[in-house]
Amino acid sequence: MAVRPVLQQADIERALTRIAHEILESNRGADDLVILGIPTRGVILAARIAEIIRRIEPNAPEALAGSLDVTMYRDDLSHTRTRTPAPTDVPVGIDDRTVVLVDDVLYSGRTIRAALDALADIGRPRAVRLAVLVDRGHREFPIRADFVGKNLPSAASERINVHLREVDGEDGVSIEGGVR
Amino acid sequence: MRHLLSTRDLGREQAIELLDIAEDMAAVQQREVRKLPTLRGRTVVNLFFEDSTRTRVSFEAAAKRLSADVITFSAKGSSVSKGESLKDTAQTLQAIGADAVVVRHQASGAPQTLATSGWIDAGVVNAGDGTHEHPTQALLDAFTMRRRLHGDASRGRGLDGARVVIVGDVLHSRVARSNVWLLDALGAEVTLVAPPTLLPVDVSAWPARVGYDLDAAIDSGPDAVMMLRVQAERMHAAFFPNSREYSRTWGLDDARFARLPRTTMVMHPGPMNRGFEIAASAADSAQSTVLEQVANGVSVRMAALYLLLSGEREEAA
Repeated sequence: MAVRPVLQQADIERALTRIAHEILESNRGADDLVILGIPTRGVILAARIAEIIRRIEPNAPEALAGSLDVTMYRDDLSHTRTRTPAPTDVPVGIDDRTVVLVDDVLYSGRTIRAALDALADIGRPRAVRLAVLVDRGHREFPIRADFVGKNLPSAASERINVHLREVDGEDGVSIEGGVR
Repeated sequence: MRHLLSTRDLGREQAIELLDIAEDMAAVQQREVRKLPTLRGRTVVNLFFEDSTRTRVSFEAAAKRLSADVITFSAKGSSVSKGESLKDTAQTLQAIGADAVVVRHQASGAPQTLATSGWIDAGVVNAGDGTHEHPTQALLDAFTMRRRLHGDASRGRGLDGARVVIVGDVLHSRVARSNVWLLDALGAEVTLVAPPTLLPVDVSAWPARVGYDLDAAIDSGPDAVMMLRVQAERMHAAFFPNSREYSRTWGLDDARFARLPRTTMVMHPGPMNRGFEIAASAADSAQSTVLEQVANGVSVRMAALYLLLSGEREEAA
């Protein structure tokens, strides 16, 4: 199977820096902002974005990033093998705050649909935004990302691999397989 | 997981996975909305051939918090009291469309029969069968111990090196059996303390030490002391001279409780016979985990139902 690298470490760094700036711009600062990553790699990306935001805005609140597990809200639980849930860790109440959901790859949109349900059970945010590192298309729901690292049109037969140094030892995004 | 029949066939990894999922479920209990949509449209039948309040209510709460439909069926006032066989009852449940059956039965092995007979397709959870096993009770005991020992750092860990003393009617106790296998799998050291008449004939194959002296066990400073209920309904022979003598020799009374280290957990699966196997001072102390055990029971049972009812149905093993 051919593996085609798409983003290198520096590209990911730049994309996340841009996303952090865009989040701050649309939110007019870091007040009332909560950045929730979806496990596993969304949590890492959320933490990185929060770190960049704190560099840009030194007055940004300490409790900025967290994680939101959506396993229990998925619509495919009886179709695939049993998924093991990951912890949910929401640093502050989300009521009347702007929540930015972060995931690595946006594909069918089903994960985000589940995340919206999960959020509704935790509180009532003022607004919910979506940031993703890669948007690969093929949506099955009326869902779009507000902040996108890279648009990557792909065939359904291809695989997008996102590697992050915290869990995979190195940073990089690649496309694998498919008929070219 | 297809069925949950005993802790004996749970491996360490599997047990820790279940306990970790229970941690997530416990976090849900702290939220404003204490409900998850996970098992929407699934039907869980509680099939109770033996009296039970706490286990039945706990399973009911667990299933409801996962949005499953719950049907509770107790043998009293049902066709079972008219002489219906387990097979006919099972086939009725199959026709209703049960996805999981939680069964408590006075006969050891009834859940096993239900799971392997081919009468039903549903997943079976053993909620206590005769004097055999009560796996969810052992899992909630282990969960409670793990939380007291490791706090927020519990995830992914076992109970390695923890010393647990189980005291009382081991002979009739399915709780003790399930705990022995599970605690051993999680790396804890188990000591059974009981009158010789209330121990099974041969426990040499059990991964546990056996003692007859409660005072010695107390003075060894264990991490947890688990008092078993003396099951009056199963006392069909002269197992001990009288209840006062049992209480004096095998009960956790005020004096024994005072000798325990302040960090030792005092556990009881309930319902307690206060003043008999456990003194009120011990049961109501800060060291007592009795109410935590009940609360954790819901989380653990949610985790078990999730594992049973999510994922594609594996072929019956």
